[in-house]
Amino acid sequence: MKANDETSIKEAVGLPETPTLPEYHRFSPWRVLAITTNTLIELAWQKVFYVLLIFALVLIGSSVFMTRFTFQQEFQILKDVSLGAMSIFTSVLAIVATARLIPQDMEDRTLYTILAKPVPRYEYVLGKLLGVLLLLAISIAVMAILFTAILYFREQSLLDETWRQMRSGPPGQVDDALNAIRAAGLNNDIFIGVAVIFLKASLLAALTLLVSTFATTNIFTIVVMVFVYFIAHLQPIAREYWLQQPHVGLITRGFLALITLIFPDLQAFNLIDDIVAGVAIPMAIFTKTVLLGIFYVAIYTLAAIFVFYGKEL
Amino acid sequence: MTRVLIALATLIVFGVLKLPAERSLAQEHRESRLADVDLNLNLREQIGQIGFVAVLSGFRGMLADFLFIQAHAAWERTEWGRVLFLFQQVTALQPHVPLFWDMAAWHMAWNASAAAMNDPSQPRLALRMKAQREYFAIGRDFLERGIKNNPDNPKLYESLARLYREKYNDHARASEFFRKAADCPGAPIYDKRFSAYELSYCEGWEPQAYIQLRRLYDEGEKERLPTLIVRLKYLETKLNVPKEQRIPEH
Repeated sequence: MKANDETSIKEAVGLPETPTLPEYHRFSPWRVLAITTNTLIELAWQKVFYVLLIFALVLIGSSVFMTRFTFQQEFQILKDVSLGAMSIFTSVLAIVATARLIPQDMEDRTLYTILAKPVPRYEYVLGKLLGVLLLLAISIAVMAILFTAILYFREQSLLDETWRQMRSGPPGQVDDALNAIRAAGLNNDIFIGVAVIFLKASLLAALTLLVSTFATTNIFTIVVMVFVYFIAHLQPIAREYWLQQPHVGLITRGFLALITLIFPDLQAFNLIDDIVAGVAIPMAIFTKTVLLGIFYVAIYTLAAIFVFYGKEL
Repeated sequence: MTRVLIALATLIVFGVLKLPAERSLAQEHRESRLADVDLNLNLREQIGQIGFVAVLSGFRGMLADFLFIQAHAAWERTEWGRVLFLFQQVTALQPHVPLFWDMAAWHMAWNASAAAMNDPSQPRLALRMKAQREYFAIGRDFLERGIKNNPDNPKLYESLARLYREKYNDHARASEFFRKAADCPGAPIYDKRFSAYELSYCEGWEPQAYIQLRRLYDEGEKERLPTLIVRLKYLETKLNVPKEQRIPEH
């Protein structure tokens, strides 16, 4: 029977049209976006986020009161403290915010409501991770804007002051003095530092998500992640020892190999000390660091999705 | 549990894949002198366990600043031993910040040395002078190590030149280091001039100093500064330069 005949028979006997279900997509960016937005709003309501953010902003702002130092010292401390505060804040936030995502959703029963709908588990995990990454990006942008503004206005006021004091001097000396202030002030490498801080926080978020997929409580996840944080900073030492000391015992070698292969190399993301010191970061190193960071995030997210698929809810 | 073990095995497989990338990046870091800090037991003893953990966690710069502020406070209290101890830690943590080397050298060679020379608790002049020279040497050592870690920074060469000029009265070495400063990228224009001034004070180097100063003078009005003219006139007299070749009276 043709489709047209079937329609005409249905019309003749007065049957209603068969309701058609909306087309189901195996992957929908809109569903992921909905979970991302929801996660972001949920996290933004948490008090811990504001406490940490205010603490970081106060720390950055307090660097202004360094007037008893010379301008080089002042800029050095301002950059170190501000970038350090950003690094601490984003790392802590990445771990604390991500650790509570899945346990909290299970406790609130939100997880069951979402997964009862045609939402694949990988979309749920992806949406949750992107929500945290968005929160981290917003926080780091707020801190970077404050830090850049403080540094820029301080640099400008020093340039004006120096110009006023030295304008009658020889032009060469005035240029040297102004260039010294500019060299110590704001430069493009600082933004490379901010990008690397974000990348490190993203990596920690992905790793925390992986741990939280098999952890039973968020406290357990946070404690594990604190240890992971320190071990991952020691990973390059373990790696070099494993690869360069062939005479150590089998158990030691196996242990070192496990640390090297499972944990990320967080030292690769510690570029801010050198950026503040004025060491130029070659673009090749920055690009490789970004690629390595993306690789880590992708692998840990995939592993988190895999484990989450087997999780009994 | 099986899934966790499979995930772990997958991470190990990917770990093998990431290994060459990690090693290559670490090698490039070393070549670019990034994270160029020797994390040895000596540093561990200097900064304590918590400090060492902070360094390993990526807060080396913040810790160095904290110690630098402590050193500043110790300087205000004129605790020279503590200033030295703290600056040794600061420079070990941040060897690529020329400012820290420079400040350490300045505190030792200028402030601590002056305090040692005027130490009321030491009545013997010979011992006060000995202590003063020891502080000069510590200051010089800071600058030499700073230069080793930051070979392209003109500021440290300048400071070493000043140290030789003002503390050792060694104009030949002062001239040498001002010249090295002038050769650095982005060096201030006065370094070349200062090198020539210092050379003009060295016995036996007057002809070379005259050539350098005359070359600067010929560059134009901007180089014809009072000190340059005074030194040039002194050398013209000393070297018996013919009148027609001398610079005009200013």
